[in-house]
Amino acid sequence: MTLPIFSPPEDPGPSFFNLLQKVGFHNKISEKIENNNSITHGTTIVAIRYSDGVLMAGDRRATSGHLISHKTMEKVFPADAFSGVGISGAAGPAMEMVKLFQLQLEHYEKVEGSPLSLEGKANQLSLMLKGNFPAAMQGLGVIPIFAGYEEKTEQGRLFQFDITGGRYEEKDFVSTGSGSLHASTVVKLRHSSSVGLSGAIDIALEALLEASEEDSATGGPDLLRGIFPVVAKIDSNGFERISDEELESRTEIMVQNISERGNSQT
Amino acid sequence: MTMPMYVSPEQLMKDRADYARKGISRGRAAVACTYSEGVLLCAENPSKTLRKAGEIYDKIGFMGVGKYSEFDQLRIAGIRHADLKGYSFSRDDVDARWLANQYAQILGQYFTHEMKPLEVEMIVAEIGDYAEDDQLFHLLYDGTVMDTSSFVVIGGEAELIRDRIQENWKAGTSLKESIKLTTEALSGPDKSFSSNELEVALLSRGNGRRAFTRIEGDELNELLA
Repeated sequence: MTLPIFSPPEDPGPSFFNLLQKVGFHNKISEKIENNNSITHGTTIVAIRYSDGVLMAGDRRATSGHLISHKTMEKVFPADAFSGVGISGAAGPAMEMVKLFQLQLEHYEKVEGSPLSLEGKANQLSLMLKGNFPAAMQGLGVIPIFAGYEEKTEQGRLFQFDITGGRYEEKDFVSTGSGSLHASTVVKLRHSSSVGLSGAIDIALEALLEASEEDSATGGPDLLRGIFPVVAKIDSNGFERISDEELESRTEIMVQNISERGNSQT
Repeated sequence: MTMPMYVSPEQLMKDRADYARKGISRGRAAVACTYSEGVLLCAENPSKTLRKAGEIYDKIGFMGVGKYSEFDQLRIAGIRHADLKGYSFSRDDVDARWLANQYAQILGQYFTHEMKPLEVEMIVAEIGDYAEDDQLFHLLYDGTVMDTSSFVVIGGEAELIRDRIQENWKAGTSLKESIKLTTEALSGPDKSFSSNELEVALLSRGNGRRAFTRIEGDELNELLA
């Protein structure tokens, strides 16, 4: 590995993808995959806008067909200091996409001396998805959601994507994964524009719990082993994980409420 | 028929070195020094956009003086090299020593083979888990590398500034003391710098994964007071 110096017309600029191409890194999937059933799929990720920013939450289960292959998988990651990305779909390509996306944002920031705008970051992710489209047609699709805090407007913004790279900005909440239908119904019913951080965490936890009850590929909170969803807030202080202790106490209250509701109905 | 003019290698090298040295000494100086929490990068630089100090990787910083376009190209090449290495191996495998060697090779190659040498002088700084692991690499226009764990001065009037720092140098001082020492050495006894004439950046152990931060505005004023 020698120092990558390019002549002006060959220079890849501040883009890490272009740099990878220039130095000859390829990660193309060439063999056609016939059996889609063996591919890891299924997840529920939600992102909710609250008064000071955005909250992202994702379950911890990874499945291969009918088997649960991981109980403690993490699917919500910081993209950079003020944004986060949550992934659903084929685990391998999704993880690689997150790693490259994080690198791309950091690389740009270091080369240019200032970070990309939030919309610029969302567009970068969109381009990566477009690049992954041939693999998606072979069953290795990845569908991320992207959320971040915009310092200019002092509020959180949310973006949803499809496998072709389509980018859709949503106002209040987005979700992705096999349990997203159930989760988004819960969020839709409980969300209001004035919801604060505490309310948003409770909504996210309940949305994931409901999704886990209806969708076999979404894991619920595991009080026995102490496995809770990955929940992170992104506000003016940046990306920050909510501690497991806090999630545990909130989950216990939520479970208590649900059991009382159940008792009164019978 | 004309014969190619003979120039002795000694003369050729001396001319090139003089040329590079002249270019570098025209610019203003920059200092990197270790302090209790990491490395301080400090330069006289009234520009807020054309920077001398920069972030290379998690624990690695860069400082260059001389011709801006030349050291900025090397800074970007350093970032590319570090990000590629971290991507294909692991973030822990990226180190300053390797980068400094690569820079030295490029500088040496330009010095002996190209039309003109690069008119740059650079510092590659790396912080470790403990203060004794902090390292500063000093690179000259001809590819010479030196390493130290105290301080390095590059650019115009470097000798003079080096002597001023040497007089009061102590290892493991606080950030405020280190900034005072370096800015006073840069300005000399007759004047003092305000915060908008200085470019100050840190590689600090307290910053988490990405150790590099810039100190500007009110924060810098407070430290200069």
